This record gives sequence, structure tokens and C-alpha cells, in this order.
Amino acid sequence: MTSPSSDARATGNSLSPDGDTPAPAIKAVRLRHPWRNLIAVIILIYVVAFVWDAANRKAFQWEIFGKYLFDQRISQAALVTLELTVYSMLIAIVLALILAVMRLSSNPVFKSISWVYLWIFRGTPVYVQLVFWGLLSVIYPTLSIGLPFLPPIVSFPTGDALSLFSLAIIGLALNEAAYLAEIVRAGILSVDRGQEEAATALGMSWSQTMWRIVIPQSMRIIIPPTGNEVISMLKTTSLVTAVPFSFDLFTRSRDISAETFTPIPLLLVASAWYLAITSVLMVGQYFLEKRFARGIGAARSDKTVGTVTGAIIVGANQATVVPGAATPGPQPGKKPDRPSDRSGDEDPR
Amino acid sequence: MSENKVPMVESARVSKSFGSNQVLKSISLTVNRGEVLCLVGPSGSGKSTFLRCINHLETVDAGRLRVDGTLVGYREKGDKLLELHPKEAALQRREIGMVFQRFNLFPHMTALENVIEAPIRVNRVPKADAIRRANELLARVGLADKGNAYPAHLSGGQQQRVAIARALAMDPKLMLFDEPTSALDPELVGEVLDVMKQLAKDGMTMIVVTHEMGFAREVADSLVFMDGGVVVEAGDPREVLSNPRHERTKAFLSKVL
Ligand SMILES: Nc1ncnc2c1ncn2[C@@H]1O[C@H](COP(=O)(O)OP(=O)(O)OP(=O)(O)O)[C@@H](O)[C@H]1O
Ligand SMILES: [Mg+2]
Repeated sequence: MTSPSSDARATGNSLSPDGDTPAPAIKAVRLRHPWRNLIAVIILIYVVAFVWDAANRKAFQWEIFGKYLFDQRISQAALVTLELTVYSMLIAIVLALILAVMRLSSNPVFKSISWVYLWIFRGTPVYVQLVFWGLLSVIYPTLSIGLPFLPPIVSFPTGDALSLFSLAIIGLALNEAAYLAEIVRAGILSVDRGQEEAATALGMSWSQTMWRIVIPQSMRIIIPPTGNEVISMLKTTSLVTAVPFSFDLFTRSRDISAETFTPIPLLLVASAWYLAITSVLMVGQYFLEKRFARGIGAARSDKTVGTVTGAIIVGANQATVVPGAATPGPQPGKKPDRPSDRSGDEDPR
Repeated sequence: MSENKVPMVESARVSKSFGSNQVLKSISLTVNRGEVLCLVGPSGSGKSTFLRCINHLETVDAGRLRVDGTLVGYREKGDKLLELHPKEAALQRREIGMVFQRFNLFPHMTALENVIEAPIRVNRVPKADAIRRANELLARVGLADKGNAYPAHLSGGQQQRVAIARALAMDPKLMLFDEPTSALDPELVGEVLDVMKQLAKDGMTMIVVTHEMGFAREVADSLVFMDGGVVVEAGDPREVLSNPRHERTKAFLSKVL
């Protein structure tokens, strides 16, 4: 203390040595970035030039683009594409949960089944798988329900039971499940083991622990990459022509352009629809993420590094932060987090 | 404490190994109903493992462990032991509350939701009753106004008190505390110990792993010093703390006191 002007201040407020009035706000000359500004202007000029050129370029045939953008066949096809995406994703999520739990179980049979499934469905191209599904009725002309080596209970022709639409969904879903299973597994592993332990100690059963405690917490890790998978699936539906199923957005617009000999504007039409649907999905993802960030997401900004939103969007790198968020400061001698073996990130597509 | 002593926890020559690492070596001790036992010892001596065995989070390899007369994790049939079904093991655990060093509150639930979760899911208590009881318990640990707070918004001491309320919500007959204050800033230790003292005064049977010798001296009915998986010394806490008989006890106490 240099100048204790009054006793009261010296003891009561010893940390602000000079003055009772707050210091005036800093008014500094802003740092200028001349080069940055110049580069920005140049880039902007190029962008404007490109857009201007595109708008006037004959090859794009904008009048045809306008004519077909809201063509009923196209909007119907967009709906079919959306249906393919949603149905196959829903099936994939359920399958992925089962596969992930099997992979994490201590039962060696479950473990290896899950492993072999992943090996096959991630190890072959989805296009090839879709062709196989299309050939299902050639390979297995009849489908039967019953026990192995015994006469079937019911039996029906494959072609009648499964439309090309459902074959496309099965093909997409089974492939996607393999990728999602790894995402789910990483999510489950990211939840601190203490959570499972606390739930068990309270007398909760394994399935209660899983559904009430572990999986809700793993959602924060699972949702961001799953959102990416949905968007990726939306685009993968353009491969269902391999089945061959031909009422999706891409195949439909190709078919139209085959009649009209205007492939470029119809590709633009399809792209516009894909972009529009993707944008809607992104909004949905945003709200889902907010929902599952409850409690954990609002982590103590005073104790954990990094901001909440940043942490969630990064997602994949987030596994290690979760367990720590609920625990107090440092724990000497204890590793606060498990190493996150982020196995969902190979992403070989 | 009471005249007619009823054993709550009886451990008879309990052993436990992880692979070739024998962590518990023939542990024998008894905790009577309404008593508080403090368990102390250096890191790695097997204190947590012993607590986890009582709760059947770990399975014992040898010896017999009984809680309130019932064998933990097994059923006796003649001279054979039958492993319990996970559902039966869960039934046993309901009656034993456990409090962890790192609290392990469910971070996606509010304090109140943490407390009512197990009563509703496990004991099928109607929600309104569970909430009423949870509010009582939160008030009892001094957190009447924190029911709607998420764990991340509570201090360490508050989180640990919620964890105690969560365990009490199952009406346990035995409470296990595994270093409940070790992860807390020093100024928050007192508030948790106060809750535990009150609990002991109300007659709860407790086993407490702790390095808080003041708490042991004041509250415990007996103190057990473990090292290397064996009980080195046991007895009245004031006696053991002031006149340790074993060298190892002396060495350990000189470090923590
Ligand atoms: N699940 C496990 N698998 C293998 N070894 C284990 C396991 N749990 C504990 N151990 C080992 O058992 C020994 C005793 O551990 P325990 O956690 O019971 O010690 P502690 O007395 O509680 O120590 P601390 O004061 O550090 O908590 C240690 O050597 C530990 O490495
Ligand atoms: Mg321990």
C-alpha cells in the first residue's frame, strides 16, 4: 500500500490502490489492416464477376432451371429422397445402438458378431451393397420365417414382400448402421465410468443405467457427428439407382433431362433441392444439440476451458471434457478422464 | 454405542485379487448398527476396494461378507454358494448408500432430479411423494433452495451434499463414504463433514474412508488402519490416533496429522 489515505479503505479495499473512481475506458487508435482489406476487396470482385457470369451464361439455361425447380415430379422426388433419408436413418440408429451395446458387452459372441458386421458393411462400397440388395430376389427367390433346418412356418416370394423402395432403405440403413455404431460407441465410452457406478450403487439395473444415465449423456457426443451422417445420407440416397430405384431426386432429374436434353439446368435443380433440405436439417440439428446440452452444456465457465458452444460444435474432440465438467478442480493422483479412443472418426468414405 | 449390539456389517477373512494383485488379504471386522467406522490407510491399501465389495460393485474371492445378516452377492445353499442374479444384487444395493470422492452426480439432471431418480425408477415411489421426500432431504443437507440447479452450477461441497441426499433418498440402512471430502477445496470440507456428523448423530450406520482425523476422532466409534490389504490396527479412534502401536500406523499418522 503506497498511500493509505484512510484506514477504512486500506483494510477494506486493499486491492485497488489508487482512487475510488473507476478508471476511464480505454480509447486507443484501432490497429489497421491495409493488406487484409485489399485482399478482401480483390476476392469480392472475383466473386461478383463469377456470379454475374453465371447468371448470364447460356449453358446454365436459367429459364429451364426456373421451369423445373417447382415441377411436380421434382418436388415429389425430393419428398421421396427425404423419406429414404429419414427411414433409413431411423432404422440405422436403432441398429447402431444395438451394435454398439453388443460391441461393449462382455459377451464374446455379441462382441464378434458386432465386429464382423462392421467389418463387412464398412469394408465394402455402399454402391456395391445396394446392387446386392437389388439382386436379393435373384439370390433368395423366397423368404421364409422359421427355425434353421426345419420346414418354414411362413414363406413368400421376395419380390412381392420387398419393394425396390424398401430394398433401397434396407441397403442404406444397414450400411449406415455400421458407421453410426462407432459413433454411438465412442459416445458411450465418453461418459465417465463413475456415472454407471453411481447408478448401480443406487440399485438401478443395467438397462435403467444405460437408458436413463449413460445414453442421455452420450447424446452430446453422438448428435453432432450423427447430424453430419444425416446430411451425408441425404446425398448417398442418390446412389439408390443401383438397386435400381428411380424415384429419388437425383435419378428423377436425370430421367427428365434424358427426355429434354437439358442436363445442366436439371442438375442445378437437384442441387438446389439438396441444399434446401440440408439447410433445414442443419437447423434441426442445432435445436437437438441445444436440448441435449442441458446441465452439462452450461458447464462452469469458471472452471473448464473453452466455451460451451465451441465444445459442442467441435463434438468429436469433446469426449474428454464431459466427465471433467461435472467434477471439481484438480484430483491429485487420479486421472480425471479416460483417454477417448475416438474410433468413429476413421470416416473412410 | 447401544447396549445390545447388532452387527450391520460383518467381514470374515475377506480377500480380493485383481489378477495376481491381491488387494485385500483376509480382512475381518465388524460394524454394529448405529456405529461409525473410519477406515484410513495409504493410497492403494485397498480401502475403496473393500467399500466396493460391501456394495457388491466388486466380488470377493474368499471369506464371507454379510450386511445385516445377509451374505453379499451370493446365496447360501447348503455348503454351496450361488451367485446372485443381477436383479437380486441390485435389490441388495438399494439398502446401501454410497458417496464417492468425485460425487458422480448425474450432470444432465437437476439436484432434485438426481435425488428422485432412484426412488422413482427402482423403488417405484409415486413422483409426488419422491419430490416431497427429496425436498426434505435437500433441506436436511442445507440445500433447500438448490433443487433446480444443475450439478455444474453447484460448488463441490454443495454437489457432495446433493450426493448424500441422493443416497439417503433410498432409505439405506448403511452408508459408505469413499473419501467424500478429498476432492474439495479446504474451505468446503467443513460443510460436508457437518452433514455427515449430523447423520451419525441420527443413528446412521456408516463406514467412512477419510483422511480427516479430526472427524474420526470426534465421530467414529472405531478406527481401522489398513495397509497393503491387511488390517494393521483397529480400535477406539482416540486410542489409535494418540497411541498407535504399530510402526506403520505411526509412520502413516505422522504424515497425515
Ligand atoms: N478394477 C481394478 N482392476 C485392477 N486393479 C485394481 C482395480 N481396482 C483397484 N485396483 C488395485 O487395487 C489396489 C487398491 O486399490 P484401492 O482403490 O482399493 O486403494 P485405496 O486404498 O482406495 O487407495 P486410494 O487412497 O488411492 O483411493 C491398487 O493397487 C489398485 O491399483
Ligand atoms: Mg480409494
